[in-house]
Amino acid sequence: MPEITYLEALRQGLWEEMERDERVFILGEDVGLYGGAFKVTEGFHKRFGESRVIDTPISEAAIVGAAAGAAHMGMRPVAEMQFIDFISCAYDMLTNYVATARYRAGLATPIVVRGPCGGYVRGGPFHSQNPEAAFLHTPGLKIVYPATARDAKGLIKSSIRDDDPVIYLEHKWLYRRIKEQLPPSEGEEILTPIGEARLAREGTDLSIITYGATVWKSLEAAEQLEQEDGVSIEILDLRTLLPMDDAAIVRTVQKTNKVLIVHEDTRTGGVAGEIAARINERAFEWLDGPIMRVTAHDVPLPYAPTLEDFVLPQTEDIVKAVRWLAAY
Amino acid sequence: MPAISAGLSRDQLLEIYRYLRLTRTLEERLTALYRQSKVIGGLFRSLGQEGESVGSAYALERGRRKDVLSPLIRNLGSMLVMGAQPIEILRQYMAKAESPTRGRELNVHFNDLELGYLGQISHLGDMVPVMAGIALTFKMRGEPRVGLVYVGDGATSTGAFHEGLNFAAVQRVPLVMIGEYNYWAYSTPPEKQFAVKDLAAKAKAYGIPAVTVDGNDVLAVYEATKFAVDRARRGKGVHFIEVKTYRRKGHAEHDDQSYQPKDEIERWAKDNDPVDRYVKQLLGNDWADTQDLKDIDDDVRDEVDQATDACVNEPLPEPETALPGVYVHPLAPDKLWFRSL
Ligand SMILES: Cc1ncc(C[n+]2csc(CCOP(=O)(O)OP(=O)(O)O)c2C)c(N)n1
Ligand SMILES: [Mg+2]
Repeated sequence: MPEITYLEALRQGLWEEMERDERVFILGEDVGLYGGAFKVTEGFHKRFGESRVIDTPISEAAIVGAAAGAAHMGMRPVAEMQFIDFISCAYDMLTNYVATARYRAGLATPIVVRGPCGGYVRGGPFHSQNPEAAFLHTPGLKIVYPATARDAKGLIKSSIRDDDPVIYLEHKWLYRRIKEQLPPSEGEEILTPIGEARLAREGTDLSIITYGATVWKSLEAAEQLEQEDGVSIEILDLRTLLPMDDAAIVRTVQKTNKVLIVHEDTRTGGVAGEIAARINERAFEWLDGPIMRVTAHDVPLPYAPTLEDFVLPQTEDIVKAVRWLAAY
Repeated sequence: MPAISAGLSRDQLLEIYRYLRLTRTLEERLTALYRQSKVIGGLFRSLGQEGESVGSAYALERGRRKDVLSPLIRNLGSMLVMGAQPIEILRQYMAKAESPTRGRELNVHFNDLELGYLGQISHLGDMVPVMAGIALTFKMRGEPRVGLVYVGDGATSTGAFHEGLNFAAVQRVPLVMIGEYNYWAYSTPPEKQFAVKDLAAKAKAYGIPAVTVDGNDVLAVYEATKFAVDRARRGKGVHFIEVKTYRRKGHAEHDDQSYQPKDEIERWAKDNDPVDRYVKQLLGNDWADTQDLKDIDDDVRDEVDQATDACVNEPLPEPETALPGVYVHPLAPDKLWFRSL
């Protein structure tokens, strides 16, 4: 099996869906001839033509709004945000129009809005954001956030096939860093179910619940802890944030009885708070310690390496937090 | 006594030359630092567009609490005209502790409202309404001050641009907008960005007088901006100046610009470089001689050398300085619990 990157896996998934279903089309800034700022759609313009790979004006609200209109008419648009930070310009469209369409008006809006997110890349405050919390609070949207190449592919395909709007968050720090052996397109079809978490590592002493880039930081921490402390860590990669896989969360809590939630996004109002509340409601009696969070500090993400490293959660932070919680 | 142009004295004409040369030399230095991996993030060049940045900013009243402009990534020249120092730019790009934002923000994203420049954020178009608000304040307080805001051809597709421009027009605030038609928005050409021929048409649709000028003719840009600025200062409201120019480098230094026709880039470089054209004008009209220009070139190189030497080995900010300053009060969020273990 060929080894491919997270980015290539995403690209393959998009490609396969474009081949499979002529209703699927791509729109966004510089996605055509140029192949996108990160080259996710490289070669698409040549293969599928400019009517299915549309270079748009710099108009995020129009990109998302037009995608919604096309989706009502039976199309399956995939809208790219050049950086996910610019999704804020389409916040109104997504939260007011798109998210309410089915409930309010019985309208199907099967769109995917995808784009590079995340830090650890010295991108500064406007090229590093993780916008999931802003949308987690919006009934009507789904949010997926792959950590592996397999899920990058499997989730884009499932998102495109989903009958509801999906925000697909891809981490740019993982784009070329993560490589995995995946079957070629002619082989097994990879479809990651939306709403299902994945056990990224089995363990017995303590659970880390996480998603995105911090899945990899957590795995690194777990290896170190296994070797140095003999602690057995289980890692749950949520993959889908909305709807959240409550059953998988409860299962891991029941197994290890201790939970550390790790995410890269800032702390207050972040996804970790929601996860903690669900555990309290559904599995409180299974806990042998407080639910703890490792997150970014509550500041805009700064540019200088020293500052960015300080603000964002690092592997070393996870190691220390686990040690504290394991000893609780 | 040689003839003077556009109401400018010989000293002023040479000062304009100095800012053009400083912009280009400083950016060339940044490119060298970028190649040595000393620049932390991306590098954005204004090669071939220095004329419009310098010419437009030079038409403002400068000094403490005078006019205010808001530059974009390709308006380094306008910031230098307003008084930003080369060392500040170098420190910003290298994310140094002593940089104006103390390592928090990138490149030209910084401000000095006393000197009259307000740093952009990345979200294109956002500075238009903000500058409308600055100009609104000048009007409310009856201050004879003017705001100037730059917008790229691509950025005129954003909602913020349209809302901000219309707001400014309705309120008749003293705001001048420079629309930069440089043929590219990343890889996207104008015909995929808008269906009008000129950016000026967009401004006219909001009832704003608009002109289109040769953006690589420094003095033409200066004159058009001066007219608009004087008009705004007299309470006549918003004015739009479209400058036709060309982005000769890629979107940023990493971009191979494969989508830009090579001969197009070469043509602009050979026949239509704003600095070359200005030099020809200066010499051809006897406003300066080659020695004058050489002295300025040498002086600028020394200034950039000294600024580089002074900051290139400076430290990055201390990690914990990341925390304070989100609010006036509380001064800083607590360091998170796992950092005290
Ligand atoms: C709202 C928003 N969407 C997308 C981007 C990404 N982006 C940064 S610069 C750029 C192209 C800008 O083109 P233009 O406005 O013509 O300015 P130029 O680069 O030519 O100076 C794009 C798409 C952004 N910064 N903001
Ligand atoms: Mg442009």
